Amino acid sequence: MSQDTTHSDKSFPTHPHTEPVTENAWSKLNAFTDARVGLGRSGISVPTKHLLAFQLAHAQAIDAVHTQLDAKRLAEELSAQAWAPNAAPFLLHSRATDRATYLQRPDYGRRLDEHSAHILDQHSAENTAEYDLAIAIVDGLSSLAIEQNTLPFLQALFAHLDTNATNKSNTKSNTKTNTNKHAPWHIAPLCLVEQGRVAIGDDICERLNAKCVLVLIGERPGLSSPDSLGLYLTWGGKVGYTDAYRNCISNVRPAGLVYQEAARKAFYLLTEARTLKLSGVKLKDRSDDDLIMDTSKESKNFLIT
Amino acid sequence: MSHPHSSYQFRHILGERTFGFVDLADLMAKATPARSGDRLAGVAAHSAEERAIAQITLADVPLKLFLQQALVPYEDDEITRLILDDHDKQAFAPISHLTVGGFRDWLLSDLATSEVLTSIRSGVTPEMAAAVSKIMRNQDLILVAKKCHVKTAFRNTIGLPGHLSTRLQPNHPTDDLTGIAASMLDGLLYANGDAVIGINPATDNVQQATRLIKMMDEVIQHYEIPTQSCVLTHVTNTIECIEQGAPVDLVFQSIGGTQATNDSFGFNLATLAEAQDAALSLKRGTVGNNVMYFETGQGSALSANANHGLDQQTCEARAYAVARKFNPLLVNTVVGFIGPEYLYDGKEITRAGLEDHFCAKLLGLPMGCDVCYTNHAEADQNDMDNLLTLLGVAGCTFVMGIPGSDDIMLNYQTTSFHDALYARRALGLKPAPEFDLWLAKMEIFKNNEQFILNHQLPDAFHKSLHKMIGGKS
Repeated sequence: MSQDTTHSDKSFPTHPHTEPVTENAWSKLNAFTDARVGLGRSGISVPTKHLLAFQLAHAQAIDAVHTQLDAKRLAEELSAQAWAPNAAPFLLHSRATDRATYLQRPDYGRRLDEHSAHILDQHSAENTAEYDLAIAIVDGLSSLAIEQNTLPFLQALFAHLDTNATNKSNTKSNTKTNTNKHAPWHIAPLCLVEQGRVAIGDDICERLNAKCVLVLIGERPGLSSPDSLGLYLTWGGKVGYTDAYRNCISNVRPAGLVYQEAARKAFYLLTEARTLKLSGVKLKDRSDDDLIMDTSKESKNFLIT
Repeated sequence: MSHPHSSYQFRHILGERTFGFVDLADLMAKATPARSGDRLAGVAAHSAEERAIAQITLADVPLKLFLQQALVPYEDDEITRLILDDHDKQAFAPISHLTVGGFRDWLLSDLATSEVLTSIRSGVTPEMAAAVSKIMRNQDLILVAKKCHVKTAFRNTIGLPGHLSTRLQPNHPTDDLTGIAASMLDGLLYANGDAVIGINPATDNVQQATRLIKMMDEVIQHYEIPTQSCVLTHVTNTIECIEQGAPVDLVFQSIGGTQATNDSFGFNLATLAEAQDAALSLKRGTVGNNVMYFETGQGSALSANANHGLDQQTCEARAYAVARKFNPLLVNTVVGFIGPEYLYDGKEITRAGLEDHFCAKLLGLPMGCDVCYTNHAEADQNDMDNLLTLLGVAGCTFVMGIPGSDDIMLNYQTTSFHDALYARRALGLKPAPEFDLWLAKMEIFKNNEQFILNHQLPDAFHKSLHKMIGGKS
C-alpha cells in the first residue's frame, strides 16, 4: 500500500458484497467514544452480535435500578474520612417505602418520612449553629453511582471548602482575608437518604435551616453508564421549589466528568450562590470562562480537514 | 359516583346508577385512556367502567363549550389567554356545530381532506384536540394525523407527505468534540440528520453551547450539508449566545402547557418571542424561516406541580398552543423519557406517542417523536419498533437517530440510525428532498429510491477519517 493513498479506496477496503454483514470503515472510531458507532449493518439492520450485546446491557441496567443502597456501610466509610464533618451522618428515608412505590410515586420520594423528619427537627432544636451548607447523598435511580462516586467526589470537594472547625483535620487557621470566596463553610452533618429524589434536598435544607443544599444523587442508569452521579445545588431550598431554583452538574463518574472537575464546578456554583444569594436559572455556570475556550485555539474536530 | 349530586356539571345515567363529573377538567381526565401519571395526580377514572362512561359523556360535549369554559382560569394563565385570544372563529365555523363525538366522525370522514384540515386548524383549540383524541382508537389517531400535512423549512424542507426526517443526536457525556464528531460521522454515513443535528450539552452554560454551536456550524459548512444545528440549552442561554455572535440556527426550549410549568422551566412567552426575534435577525435560513425547536412530553406539568387538576395529555396539548405561536421548524414529544411514574410501560408510551403526534398535527405543528424509554420503565426495543412503525405510518415528521439506540449522555434508549433506515425501507419514507440530493451527491446512498447505502466509504470522508484512524491496519 502506498504512503499517500488517503483518497484511495484501498485505504478503507470493504467486505465483498457477498458477505451479509457490512463492516464500517469507521468502526475504530469507537476508541474515541462510548457511543455505539460503526456497528456495521446487515442490510440496514443491526448485526446479530451487536443486537445481543445491547440486550445484555439493557438487562444489566434494569438490574442496577433495583439494587438497594447499603447506607450504613457508606456512612461508616464517610465517617472515617479526615475531612468529613465531625458529627455522624444522618441515615434518612423518604416516604416511598420500597422501590416499586418509589418508581410510581415521585411525590413520596421528594419528602422525608416521619421518622427522618423527626431526626432532623430534633437536631435543629438542639443545635443553634447556622449551617452554610447541607449535603444530601441520595440513592435515586442508581445506588451504584452513590456507592462508587460519593467518597472520591466529596474528598475533592472538601479540598476546596474551608470548613474551619467543622471537620476533624482542620489544623491550619485561615490567614486569608475573609472574602466571600474564602469564607469558611459551616457544614451540616452528612445526610444519607434511601428511596429519595432530587427535591428531598429541599426538605432537608429547610429542616436543618441550612443556607443551601447540595444533593448527590444516582442518575437513571444508561446502557453504558449505570454509575452516573448527578449534583444539584439549591440556595435556601424549601419544600415545593421547582427545578428552576436548582443548578445541575451531571454525569459525575470516572468515565464522565471526573471528580476534580466536578468538584471545581460545584465549588464555583456554591461560591457564586453564596455571593448572589440565589441559585437556578439566574445563576449561570461560568466556571469555564477563565479557561481557554477560544475555539480558534481549540483544535478543530477531525471532520474538519 | 353512584349518587346524583348537584355539584356535578355532567351526569350519565346507566340503569339504576348515575355517574357524575364535577366539571369539564374532571370529565376530560376521567375519559383519558389509563396511564400512571393521571393516577399519580389523582385525576384518573376509578374504574374501567367510569372511564368508558366518561368517554360517552365527553362525546356529547359541544366543541363550543371549550371556548366558554377555560380549563385553567384566563386570569391566572397566559397560555389560556393565548389559546382564547388567538382563536380563529372563521376557521372554527365549519366545525362549530359539532360535539366531540361528532368531531371524531367528521375528522375520519371524507369531508376532512388534507386541505380542509389545514383550513380549520387555527379554529381548533388544544383542548378540543385533546378531547377528541381521548375517544379515538390508535388507528383513528394514525389515520387523521396522516391527513394533516405540516411543512416547515430552514435549510431544507421538512414534513412533506411520504417523508420522514431524523434528528442526529450526537450527545457525549463530557461534550468531547472528538466523541461528538464520531457520532456525527456515523449518523451522516447512515443517512441521518436532515431534521437537525442537535446536541444536548452535558455542561449547560453559554460558553459550552457556543463551542458546540460553532463546531456543528463548521461541519455543516465544510460538507455543505443542507441541514441545521441546535444546542438544546436553556432559551436564555441561546439568547446570550446570539448576543455574543454565535452562529445559532435554531433556538431550543422545553415547553409545557401551563404558565406555572413554564415558570418552573424559567421562561415565559415574552422570553420565547425575544429569542425568536434574535434568531430571525441572523437570517441564517436559506429556504425558510422556522427558527424554533421545542420539546414537550406528557407529565411535565405534574412534575412541576403545575397541572391545575388536569390530566397530563390535556396539559401536553396545551403546550402546542405555545409552540404554534412561534412557528417552529420542529416540535418533539419526548414520549418515554420522563419515566414510569407518568407512562408506565410500552403500551402507555405507545398510546401517548400517537396522541401527541395526532393533537400536534391537527393543530398544525411539525411533530416528531423521540420514540424512547428509560431503564426504569417497563419497556424494551420491541415496544420502540412498534411505535416507530405506527408513527411512520401516521406521517410523523421526524424521529431521533443516535448510534446503536444508546444515548450515552442522557442515559436512555431512543431510535438508532439503523432504525430510521428500517422505517424508510419498510414504509418507503424519504428524507427531506434537499438532504436526499446531498446524500446522493456525497455517495452516501448508492440507491436513494431503495435506501441502499454505499458499501464504500464516500470519498469526501476519507481524509478526515484517515487523519483519525489511519488506513488499513
